[in-house]
Amino acid sequence: MKFTLHVWRQSGPNARGEMKQYEATGVNPDMSFLEMLDVVNQELIARGEEPIAFDHDCREGICGSCGIVINGVPHGPRRRLANGKIEAKTTCQTYMRDFTDGQHLWLEPWRAGAFPVIKDLVVDRSAFDRIMQAGGYISANTGGAPDGNAILIPKRDQEKAMDAAQCIGCGACVAACKNASAMLFVAAKVSHLGILPQGQPERAQRVVRMVEQMDKEGFGNCTNYMECEAACPKEISRQFIARMNRDYLWAQTQDLETTSSGGAG
Amino acid sequence: MNLLVKPVRSSLGKKYAMAVTGLLLIGFVLGHMAGNLLIYLGPDAINSYAHALKSNPGLLWTARIGLLLVFVIHVLLGVTLALENRAARPQRYEYDATLRASWASRNMMLTGLVILAFVIYHLAHFTLGVVTTTEDNKNYLDLVEVKQGLKTYVPEPSLNLSQLDPNQVDARHDVYRMVVSGFQIWWVSVSYWLAMAFLGLHLWHGGSSFLQTLGLNSFRYASVVRLIGPLLAILVVIGNSSIPLAVMLGLIK
Ligand code: HEM
Ligand code: FES
Repeated sequence: MKFTLHVWRQSGPNARGEMKQYEATGVNPDMSFLEMLDVVNQELIARGEEPIAFDHDCREGICGSCGIVINGVPHGPRRRLANGKIEAKTTCQTYMRDFTDGQHLWLEPWRAGAFPVIKDLVVDRSAFDRIMQAGGYISANTGGAPDGNAILIPKRDQEKAMDAAQCIGCGACVAACKNASAMLFVAAKVSHLGILPQGQPERAQRVVRMVEQMDKEGFGNCTNYMECEAACPKEISRQFIARMNRDYLWAQTQDLETTSSGGAG
Repeated sequence: MNLLVKPVRSSLGKKYAMAVTGLLLIGFVLGHMAGNLLIYLGPDAINSYAHALKSNPGLLWTARIGLLLVFVIHVLLGVTLALENRAARPQRYEYDATLRASWASRNMMLTGLVILAFVIYHLAHFTLGVVTTTEDNKNYLDLVEVKQGLKTYVPEPSLNLSQLDPNQVDARHDVYRMVVSGFQIWWVSVSYWLAMAFLGLHLWHGGSSFLQTLGLNSFRYASVVRLIGPLLAILVVIGNSSIPLAVMLGLIK
């Protein structure tokens, strides 16, 4: 297979970027998208040119490192599966057989003011880390290991929390949102801990602080387009955003100062 | 103070305010439509309804000022949010694609601004009477007539309300005649249909969106919440648009 790539090239955070055209030839249909880029990069290196920088790590769809906007879709266009569902996947789990031979592909980084470009297709997602530091944790005592199932968790809560915990923090929701809003990410993180009994002591401060940090980072507001839900490789539901909206409202009735001191335990 | 200001100024707080004012505006739109539909019950129904609304100036002005406040908050916050949202993506995509977002959801600012323009036009038309200023289209009046001890109103289009002393005569505004003669002009009817299309688009998204914003959505009710906006939009568009249509078809004269 062969493809014409239009790639965002930007040599550094403050450099001006532009779309540059490359030809990818001799592509095996069973190559992953990133393997195709590896091949293109080898040719660039052989020609003495700067290879295209992109993020990746596990290459099996679980770490959340990769992320390229391909033809306007974060992680790449998605197929309708045999069962009628739209496939959910990361860039590293996208295969060249999903495209048509000779297709033009436009490769861009996640575009958001809160995710500044470091180089080419690599963006700085530390805004997500700062949101997590603001409240995406629980406090736990150290010491002897507690009994496995000492705390009862209803199955429905457990499953809902696990659905939220699927979030790998890749940032596709921000990239997909017309407002570059981080609501789906923050909602997933707020809910995943907030639904479980272990997350209750810090529940009010968690949602308030994480939302506060989200705003500080300069993400947009939510207009309920649901582009995030459609782009999420882990199929995080909009219902977690509704849940966060409820939780934030409820948190305003709580005494945030005392819950934030952590206790003397 | 900080206690209130912080949550209200947050991204979520602004959206709650958007949703609450949107809900109040939906309430107004539905109430207003219910009043409009009284036209199908004949001149007396709608004229006495309008008369009742206007005969309590205290209530009338409280409602008017309240509505204006709600409207202004909704518009100003809508503009603020739109500007913030634009700023959140300083570099736009070279290749832009949309996966799921409806046209209505992506154009709330446009449909909102058309509604704003329409509201001004609508007030100028019916409340202030400055759009169609032809002689026979102004200050329609019902005058009271006592027949066999019963008070009935008879239309007196030749009389001008502003030239009469309301303390001297028992008269009321003939809304029925004003509406009918207004919609007999084809371009007035068309302009109202257009405005209803834009209001419909705004409600198509907004009518479901405000529930999600207020957290009134869940896995169980998702399919219902998704339907409320479109249903509301269809209801309002059909209900209001039917009136100019009925006039144009001569069903109401
Ligand atoms: C009768 C008039 C109106 C009604 C019933 C109405 C209703 C609504 C509702 C229910 C929402 C959804 C709120 C949410 O997502 O939580 C909304 C959103 C919005 N409205 Fe209106 N609205 C009206 C007039 C206007 C006007 C005149 C503007 C002018 C700028 C406007 C601009 C907006 C914008 C920009 C949004 C989207 C905000 C966002 O989610 O980012 N609306 N409206
Ligand atoms: S590289 Fe780990 S999810 Fe794609």
